[in-house]
Amino acid sequence: MSKLDGNAMAGDLGEIFAFDVTAARYTCAGCGQAEAIGALMLWGQEMGRVARCPHCDDVVLRLVQANDRVFLDLRGAVRLELPLAGS
Amino acid sequence: MARAALPGRLTWRAATLTEARQETPSARTLMLDVPDWPGHLPGQHVDVRLTAPDGYRAQRSYSIASAWAEGGNVELTIQRLDDGEVSPYLTDVLEVGDQIELRGPVGGWFVWRETQPRPVLLLGGGSGVVPLMAMVRARGLAKARQPFRLIYSVRTPWDVLYRDELPRHVRDNPGFDLYLNYTRKAPEGSPNAPKRIDVATINTHGWPPDFEPDCYVCGPTTFVETAADILVALGHDPKRIRTERFGGTS
Repeated sequence: MSKLDGNAMAGDLGEIFAFDVTAARYTCAGCGQAEAIGALMLWGQEMGRVARCPHCDDVVLRLVQANDRVFLDLRGAVRLELPLAGS
Repeated sequence: MARAALPGRLTWRAATLTEARQETPSARTLMLDVPDWPGHLPGQHVDVRLTAPDGYRAQRSYSIASAWAEGGNVELTIQRLDDGEVSPYLTDVLEVGDQIELRGPVGGWFVWRETQPRPVLLLGGGSGVVPLMAMVRARGLAKARQPFRLIYSVRTPWDVLYRDELPRHVRDNPGFDLYLNYTRKAPEGSPNAPKRIDVATINTHGWPPDFEPDCYVCGPTTFVETAADILVALGHDPKRIRTERFGGTS
């Protein structure tokens, strides 16, 4: 299975959030580095994705799609920093 | 079966193929009409979803090739992967007037905005040139002055996407340079033997790290990792390097 970038989750996350999460910065719970969600290392496909920190390989985000719901596990990010419009 | 959606969020919409152009024997550009398209930034992508009669669905992400300036098409260039589930349908089967499901535009990370003042270095491997082409087109449309360099690595001269258009941008848009790197077969009379992109290629044809260019790297995963590693080794700030991996092999 090949690795993609966090960018590739933009569509799936866009179904959940009103803002573009891939342009947001997370702070990694594992190593403390801050980076764009779009820069995460991504495995899996639309049914289930695992995104890891490019600095320490810890799992930052997991996204699982079922027919009638979606599960988002963000325990690997201690915070998200979101750019506001016009910034 | 349609999946439930959260109200007010991004969702799937029908796109109609209005025109198609064969770029190479294995790549095709689709011009799509998407009602109420909100416009897009160069580098963004869309997700395409196909549903078989039995309900089986496959979804893939494709970069948008066109620039948007208060109008225009949503243009996708699709490279056929012979063992792919989605791309052979889009390159060989889809006809003008047919519809596909599309979600987007998405992705605000791998994008170039006219307001970015720095020089730009674009590194594309194979069909990884597609989102970079949207940036080149957007720069041309805006008559932007930021110096752009595109290093485009392809197997052979017959695999070059936008073969006629790229030289026009070099001619008509001052400050845009193009370097074509061939990995399997170079054109007749080329002084350079075919080779994969390496330190010398990027050192010679890219911007020096002192210029602090914004770097965009897109292509198969192995290409992207090689090119990004070289950029970092040459002294480029990793924070200025944005990548988009297509996965798979070239």
